[in-house]
This record gives sequence, C-alpha cells and structure tokens, in this order.
Amino acid sequence: MLDPAGPFAGPIQTVAWVLFVMAAVVMVVVLGALGVALFGPRKWKRRVGGERLIWIAGLAFPVVVLTGLLIYGLTTTARVADAPKAGEMRVRVTGEMWWWRVAYLDDQGREIVQDANEVHIPAGQPVVFELESADVIHSFWVPRLGGKTDMIPGRRNFMRLQADAPGTYGGQCAEYCGGPHALMGLVVVAHAPDDYSAWLERQSRPAAAVPSAQGPLALIDQGRNVFAASGCAACHTIRGTEANGLAGPDLTHVGSRQTLGAGILPNNRGTMAGWISDSQSLKPGNRMPSYAVLSGQDVRAVAAYLESLK
Amino acid sequence: MGFPTTGEAMGRRAMAGALALALCACVDKADLPRPMVQADPAAGLAVIEDVGCAACHKIPGVAWPEGRSGSNLAGFGARPLIAGRLPNQPDVLIRWLIDAPSMDPGTAMPPMPLTQDQARDVAAYLYTLDED
Repeated sequence: MLDPAGPFAGPIQTVAWVLFVMAAVVMVVVLGALGVALFGPRKWKRRVGGERLIWIAGLAFPVVVLTGLLIYGLTTTARVADAPKAGEMRVRVTGEMWWWRVAYLDDQGREIVQDANEVHIPAGQPVVFELESADVIHSFWVPRLGGKTDMIPGRRNFMRLQADAPGTYGGQCAEYCGGPHALMGLVVVAHAPDDYSAWLERQSRPAAAVPSAQGPLALIDQGRNVFAASGCAACHTIRGTEANGLAGPDLTHVGSRQTLGAGILPNNRGTMAGWISDSQSLKPGNRMPSYAVLSGQDVRAVAAYLESLK
Repeated sequence: MGFPTTGEAMGRRAMAGALALALCACVDKADLPRPMVQADPAAGLAVIEDVGCAACHKIPGVAWPEGRSGSNLAGFGARPLIAGRLPNQPDVLIRWLIDAPSMDPGTAMPPMPLTQDQARDVAAYLYTLDED
C-alpha cells in the first residue's frame, strides 16, 4: 500500500497520507488545548473555555473538514468501481473457502478460460475485476495495485486494477472468512502486452504433460493413473482429460503456477508432494483431505504428473 | 568354561565399563563435526525457506509450515541414518537432497530442484540441528 505500482493504488496512498497528516495536526492542536486547559496560565485557560470554542472548533471545523475529506476521497477513487465499458479487459474472480476461482472473460462477459489462485494481466492498462463469492464474504486485495473490495454472495462488485510495469504482485483475502482465512493468498502476474497474449493462448490449450529429466514419462504416466484411480477428478478439472470436477481449483496448467495452496507455498514437485500427501498440516481445515492412502512412490508420481502440466 | 566369576574378571569388566563411560562423556555431540568444506548453514536455511522443505518436514528455525509427511528434522545432525536406511554422511546427504528416489525408490521425497552448492549449504544447516 505504501509502495503503489499502478494508477489505482497511487490515489489511495495519497488519500491515506492526507488523512494521516490531517489527523496528526488535529491531534496536536487538541492535545495543546488540553495542556493549556490543565496547566496553562489563568488567562489562557479562559480562552479555551466557554461555548464559543465548542461551536467553532468542536462542530463547525469538523463538519467542514470531514465533508471536504469525504468529497475528496470519493472523487479520487470514483472510477475504480464503475461497471466495465466496451473494450476493457475483464477477469472474474470468485472467492471460495479458501481459494480464488479465476475466469478470463470476453467483451460480452463470456468465459474464455478458467484458472485458479493466480491472475495474469497485461501491464500498462486497466483491467476490470468482477468480484463474486461462492460462499461467505471475502475481500479481494492486492495492496500494491489497489484498494480492497468485498466479495459478497449474490452480488457482483467491480474494481479496476492496473500494474504499470510487468512483475509479480501478492494479494490476500482481507475479510475473515473462517478457518484458514489467513492462508488465502493469491498472485497477480503482470506481463508485457505481447507476452500476455501468448500466455492466454497457452492457457486456453488443453493440458499437455511435459516430461523432464526429474519427471520422466513413466513416472508421469503412473501419476496420471494414480490421479484417476484416487478420485482426484471428483473435485479437480484437467482440461483434455476425463477429470472435470468443479469443487476445487482447475489444475490444467497447475505446473506453470508460481504458488500452491492459494499463494502460500512455492510450487515445485517437493511442495506438491507435501500438499497432496498432507494438505491438512499445511492449511488446516481446507477442503482437500490428506491422502494417507497413497504410497510414497504414488505421491511422488502424482506430484511429477501435476508438475509436468505446464 | 562358564561365566567369569573371579574377582579379576569382574574387575576387568568394571574397568572397561568405566573407560567406556569416560569416553562417552568426552564425546559431546557438538564435537562430532561432519566435515562440510566451504558450506554456509545460513545460506542453507534461506534455500530451505525458498524451496519449501517445511511443506513436508518440521524444521527447527523455520516457523511455518510444519509438514508431517516427512520426518521431523530436529536433532538431524545427531542421527545415524538418513530416512532410516542410509548412513548420515555429508556426501550421502547431498546426493539424497538432490535425488532421493535414486537411493530409495519407495520414498515420497521427489528429486529436489537444488544445485550441488545449494544442497551442500542445506546439508550444512541440517548438521547444525543437534538438539533432540
């Protein structure tokens, strides 16, 4: 918040500083008056007493100043929450207990592609976030890019964010939503515009396992079989396979994400194995059970399979 | 034949026992260094945090998370075995960190994305964990 990285975060910082400085000035004046009233010479004490001062400094002054600040604050942040206009890029983020469902939308608001826990945007242009909730009230907050906006069940709130430069920006659920609320983070990745188009094109493709030296094809195949046999598909979708569950995050390109467990762990085959094996020790109360039925090698195979989905 | 029952034999055993006790007392755990040339335990801890080892292991010095899939690494420096099957020596540990399945196909620990240098620093940190 104190290090804004876009035009919707800058004004919030300005408003915050203006409020802070004004509050500090008022506090100094009030404490000064209090000091005079307690310890000042009799002549000064008389001046801070009486009804006139209460009418001026206690009523007129706050009404004028606070009204001015209200108007200033509202005008500075007015554009942020407008409904999307034609040609603006749109992303829908739905708060879930305790992760983020992400959908990229076309001009008509139709879904192009689904993803989870990571939002990719082009740098240097405003993006309209359509914020909804699937269960309880969450709040979407990417401090360096903008303010907080609540996600309220049955409502759609709009918020614009813009990153001036490519980079990675952390976010966090800012409204207590039960259990592991504090572990409900997300990542916003801003790309140069050309890179963004390429990313979206890659993301739209169905899953393709990319083998590597540490994740050979045989292990990936084993992982795919274990994934199918263990019921993972009841909650997770991997486009291009039979897995089409909707309760949990889409895993089509999970291997390309930066984090696991909604912004809380680095994403590699090690943390992936730990999450699959015992997600309850990492994010207690989350809706994925720990998989104590899998052998060590099976856990490793599923981790290799998911890691290969770039 | 039979059990030594003479006073001489008993005296010899008592001497041996006393000697063993005295030796044990001298061998403090902290005096059992595993030679780690040019390794930096502090850098190892930073690597552990970046890679997320704690997603499976409870590791002294890492506040969160406290994974349970792998073993608790408190006191790792004093343990004789890695994963209950391999000798706990620096070269073995470094290999294990980089590619555990090649040494134990049944392990859940995947090959970790570590360079040789990073693995050496991580090993150095793990060998500082001496309190059980």
